[in-house]
Amino acid sequence: MKKNLKQKVVIIFGVLIVFLYGAFFGFDPPNLSGNDSTLKKLTRHIHLGLDLQGGVHLILQVQVKEAVNTETDNTAARIEQDLKAAKVTYSQVTKPDPARPELIRLEGVSSAQSSAARSVLDNKYSNEYDIAGGGADGSFTVTMKPNIEKALDDRTVQNTIEVIRDRVDTLGVAEPVIQQYGLGDNQILVELPGISDIDRVRTIITSTARLEIHAVEGGPYPDEQAALASVNGNLPSDEQFVHGSASMGNGSDADSVYILKRVAIVAGTDFRSADPGTDQNTGQRTVHFTLTNEAGDKFWEYTSANVGRSMAVVLGGRVKEVANIESAIRDSGEIRGSFSQDEVAILSKMLRTGALPASINYLEDRTVGASLGADSIRQGITAAVVGVLLVMIFMLVYYKGSGINADLALFLNLVILLGFMGFSGATLTLPGIAGVILTIGMGVDSNVLIFERIREEMRAGKAPSAAVDQGFAHAWTTILDTHVTTIVSAAILFLFGSGPVKGFAVTLTFGLAANLFTAVYVSRVIFDMHVNNLKAGEAVSI
Amino acid sequence: MEFFHQPNVDWLGKKWYFLAFSLIFSVSGIISMAAHWSHPVGGRRSPVPLGVDFRGGTQIEVQFKQTPNIEQIRQATATAGIQDASIVNYDIPSHNEVLISLPEQHVESSLDSGREQIKNALTNKFGESSFEIRNVQVVGPTVGRQLEKQATLATLYSLLGMLIYLWFRFQLIYGVAAVIACFHDTLITVGAFALLDSFGIKGMEISLTVIAAILTLVGYSMNDTIVVFDRIRENLRLSRRESLPDVVNRSINQTLSRTVLTSGLTFLTVLSLFVYGGPVLRGFSFALVVGILIGTYSSIAIAAPMLVAYQEWRAGSTKAAALPAAKRSKV
Repeated sequence: MKKNLKQKVVIIFGVLIVFLYGAFFGFDPPNLSGNDSTLKKLTRHIHLGLDLQGGVHLILQVQVKEAVNTETDNTAARIEQDLKAAKVTYSQVTKPDPARPELIRLEGVSSAQSSAARSVLDNKYSNEYDIAGGGADGSFTVTMKPNIEKALDDRTVQNTIEVIRDRVDTLGVAEPVIQQYGLGDNQILVELPGISDIDRVRTIITSTARLEIHAVEGGPYPDEQAALASVNGNLPSDEQFVHGSASMGNGSDADSVYILKRVAIVAGTDFRSADPGTDQNTGQRTVHFTLTNEAGDKFWEYTSANVGRSMAVVLGGRVKEVANIESAIRDSGEIRGSFSQDEVAILSKMLRTGALPASINYLEDRTVGASLGADSIRQGITAAVVGVLLVMIFMLVYYKGSGINADLALFLNLVILLGFMGFSGATLTLPGIAGVILTIGMGVDSNVLIFERIREEMRAGKAPSAAVDQGFAHAWTTILDTHVTTIVSAAILFLFGSGPVKGFAVTLTFGLAANLFTAVYVSRVIFDMHVNNLKAGEAVSI
Repeated sequence: MEFFHQPNVDWLGKKWYFLAFSLIFSVSGIISMAAHWSHPVGGRRSPVPLGVDFRGGTQIEVQFKQTPNIEQIRQATATAGIQDASIVNYDIPSHNEVLISLPEQHVESSLDSGREQIKNALTNKFGESSFEIRNVQVVGPTVGRQLEKQATLATLYSLLGMLIYLWFRFQLIYGVAAVIACFHDTLITVGAFALLDSFGIKGMEISLTVIAAILTLVGYSMNDTIVVFDRIRENLRLSRRESLPDVVNRSINQTLSRTVLTSGLTFLTVLSLFVYGGPVLRGFSFALVVGILIGTYSSIAIAAPMLVAYQEWRAGSTKAAALPAAKRSKV
């Protein structure tokens, strides 16, 4: 009996030491050097939530339809090429419904060539598209398959996350959170602790500084009317008007309109790197870029076939520069244009990190200032200290000797909870602190249940050791049931909640789990030691 | 020290008082909710005052160096052309804090304009260094609706989870009684938010953290109920001759000391949270303060009498007295 107790005491002290270490250092090796205050060094590894340390919390919606649109634009262009190669005549390939970018329509195929058109479509596109039509009206609809579209959506969101992560890295944020959010709604959660300058964050994250190079079919014209007149009022479906202020020819910065091919020669995702620079002769700002290998090959092919023609550099939907192709270019080049210094800096940063595959909208945005966070920490800790002290004093007064027992168990409960937090790297939020406080209130319930039961057994005339034994045995079932139900609701909170609320669920669950150990095991050992030391006929102080 | 020395109260004899008490609170809560429903805030109907999490829109917490003048702030925002801004003092007056809210923007892309507008309006009027923006929450309609759905689902799932656990550990009727008691607590707690609002005490709103408090409350109220049920189950096994009402009464009395102590202690901690925890946690701790009182009451006054009522109803309908004898404890 005695020996067994000693073993248990050793276990308890072992647990105490392990979790004390966890509470102060977590899994990191202890590092007490540096100029910070001792408290700061000791709590360095505790992750504070955004609500406590201040920061930006954003939920973004990725406009995946845009990526689908780009993809089907490319497909439409390829279909035209393939039909031409197969000598199938048609009137047009269009995207009939802007609200349904997954849909392509081929019109005006003569009935004699219907089967030839069909086989072109079937051969090359039936893996990714559903193909229908080919009836008397000579039109086909080519629709992206839902699973392909879903995969494209997912890829777009993943790419966006990657791009945002790269961009956020340039902000120098410690431990940013960037992850998919919600259930298949193409949303992204971004949490940036310690940042409160939301404007800067927005510029960096959402800058759609998408750089593309398009073939120029005509221009510049002073306005769209003039441009439309130049094509006799009928703009081909694979071309588009793009405004810009490229200083080609006359050198003026006035707004003008160009007719460009819809499909880019070099797309936003084709750039590998970009660096800002200055032209040594003219002093103009330049961006020097390098393309990916694959895009370089494509670019080489295009530029060698089109020497003498011009191409336009389009940034964020505006023509920035129009250049003549003087010789074939492979994978690097220089863009000169009317860039401001900021534009060049942001542009090269964006090109280095890659362009966003689709634009994004803000769904939610919470910014907590650092001073509010500091206030919350102070208030949370005050409330916790007051709450714990009140409970501990009450237990001492009400249960006398056994109150010490309960207070020791509560103290160990707190240490284990904080140790858990330290080891798991879980984030402490303001509701999380509330969870700690609640754990104390609910954790002491186990002690109360047991003590009340022991009192009852003693009233029934049982000897101290039997009363303790019975008290623990009877209370155990109840304690287990109550803990399970609370942990069930905390788990549901964890699954459904976000941010601060998750922090609450975590501390409450850890706290109650630790409570099973402290209130039942530790408290029992202390009781057993006490009962062993009782002289014959002496009662338990409860 | 002992508060209750072997109490012997006939709890079931007071069930009509309990019923009246519960009805008064539930019904006044429901009436307040209906009243709130009939006065849509910013074009949106809801039975309870909703926080910006659910309501959507923009909410900006500004701390001024000097005591803020609400009227001047209103002028500043009106001059800047900001429509429908609600401006109220926030937290204790000495903090010089003001909460500025804008209604939900229906277009997701214009979500952010409010923040800049307000910041500029305040800078123009008071100068940049005279105030600090402490907290900004901008919630779009999509997120608001998603959160609303999630919160409702979370509460329902948690009640369902409890029901299944109790069904497994006790018997279906125990689970049903406990879940009805929990529902009663949730209703009264949520109703308290609407009730405060209809008495003109604004600012207590259902936010995400309040939902967390309500779920905790569900777990807590369930705890209290289980402690009583556990005792009923144990006593039923020990004395099969005793009538169910006697067993229930005795069980409540035996656990009374524990129930009151635990609730009292948890109440102390929650009260400390309410007093010292600051404005961010005020709604959360308010829900718990109300919920713990009601949760404790309901396990004695609602859940346990329901077991007896069920047995009496079964005896009446089948003419056979059948105790809802619980399964034997498995632990």
